[in-house]
Amino acid sequence: MDASTAAMELAMTAVRRGLEALIPALRRFARALTREKEAADDLVQDTLVRALRAEHLFHGGDLRGWMFTILLNLDRNRRRGLARRPHMAVIEDVDPAGEPGGDGSGRDIDRGLAMLPSEQREVLLLVTLEGMSYREAAEAQGVPVGTVMSRLSRARATLRSHLDGERPRLRRVQ
Amino acid sequence: MTERDAPVTEDELHAYVDGALPADRIAAVEAELAADPQARARAAAWRTQADLIRDRFASVADEPLPERLRLETVTRRASGLKRKLAIAAVIAFLIGAAAGWIAHEYSGFGQNAQLARALADAAIEAHRLYVNEVRHPIEVRAGEEHLLPWLSRRVGSPVKAPDLAPEGLKLLGGRLLPSPRGPTALIMYEGSGGERVTLTCRRAGRDGATAFHWQSAGEIGALAWVEGGMAFVVAGPAERERLDRVARRVYDAYEQPAEQR
Repeated sequence: MDASTAAMELAMTAVRRGLEALIPALRRFARALTREKEAADDLVQDTLVRALRAEHLFHGGDLRGWMFTILLNLDRNRRRGLARRPHMAVIEDVDPAGEPGGDGSGRDIDRGLAMLPSEQREVLLLVTLEGMSYREAAEAQGVPVGTVMSRLSRARATLRSHLDGERPRLRRVQ
Repeated sequence: MTERDAPVTEDELHAYVDGALPADRIAAVEAELAADPQARARAAAWRTQADLIRDRFASVADEPLPERLRLETVTRRASGLKRKLAIAAVIAFLIGAAAGWIAHEYSGFGQNAQLARALADAAIEAHRLYVNEVRHPIEVRAGEEHLLPWLSRRVGSPVKAPDLAPEGLKLLGGRLLPSPRGPTALIMYEGSGGERVTLTCRRAGRDGATAFHWQSAGEIGALAWVEGGMAFVVAGPAERERLDRVARRVYDAYEQPAEQR
């Protein structure tokens, strides 16, 4: 092994450590994005495989942003696949969810997220769940920051009317 | 940069909720919130949404990772290409070793121990490579009837997969490796402890026979010999006695008339 190969191996090892540390966050994000455990883990697995195959293309920079970009792209492919098989999409709605708090708030937020156009859901989750800055979210999505702001704004407005609409109904049920 | 008393924008309200607002604008946004109940309600609703999302999904990051999401597992999957390159390197090594072996055979030099060592070295490398291959250790599974006819046809001589059950070894299957004298058959067995033993064979350069030559490299050992126009190597965990017994069974199986495929 010559010196440049050795240096490359070292760099790859560093990238791999970084990747490993990101797996839990990628899982969390994928779960919120798909709201389906198996599909989410599939997505993370494919993301990792893709990243490892392309790791020689990664020359420093924001590893987290790069990983999330891969995951978002793969999720778009996945949804295109689901769209061709509509009966598959129905299964996701069956996910009982609603674990935290027996008041169905988990289910509410699931339904609310499901209602959002995917690019709005992505932004909202990148910012709230992953704590990304607007700029990081913009880079992960490959759009200008202004687009991120308008998506975030629309996502929050839609979710607000959804959650406000749900609560009175739940109160009546109780 | 920004005017301290410039009107508060919607973007700033988001930034305030997300903790991304520049410090010099916090007072302005808070004043706006104090004065505008609608803005206050919006900011509160957004905070609630973020809390609901975090309550619902944050714990996913603490769930134990399933096997398929462990980096080692994924690396194995992703390294299919790199593995192929490694296999190519080993094959090149095998070819070199085989060429040396054959050249010496023809030179009539008679340093068979040394030659067998080269062959055994190569077989040990091949053994290491494929034995560690969990997903695709073999090309053709044992149950597939065309395994031995296929290997025999490619090797150009009858290839057998001797029954090694008495040694606690079950046939897994086989694959083909190239060499300058034509292809080499690699047949893999697995023991109850998951240990693997490989038998490699190919046509030798000429007729003739040698004794068994023992070679070991770390935890892997190999026995090489030539008999009846074929060169054989048995490689496996470096337990000399067991590999001796395995080699003898292989030897005996090839001594029998080739009526069974």
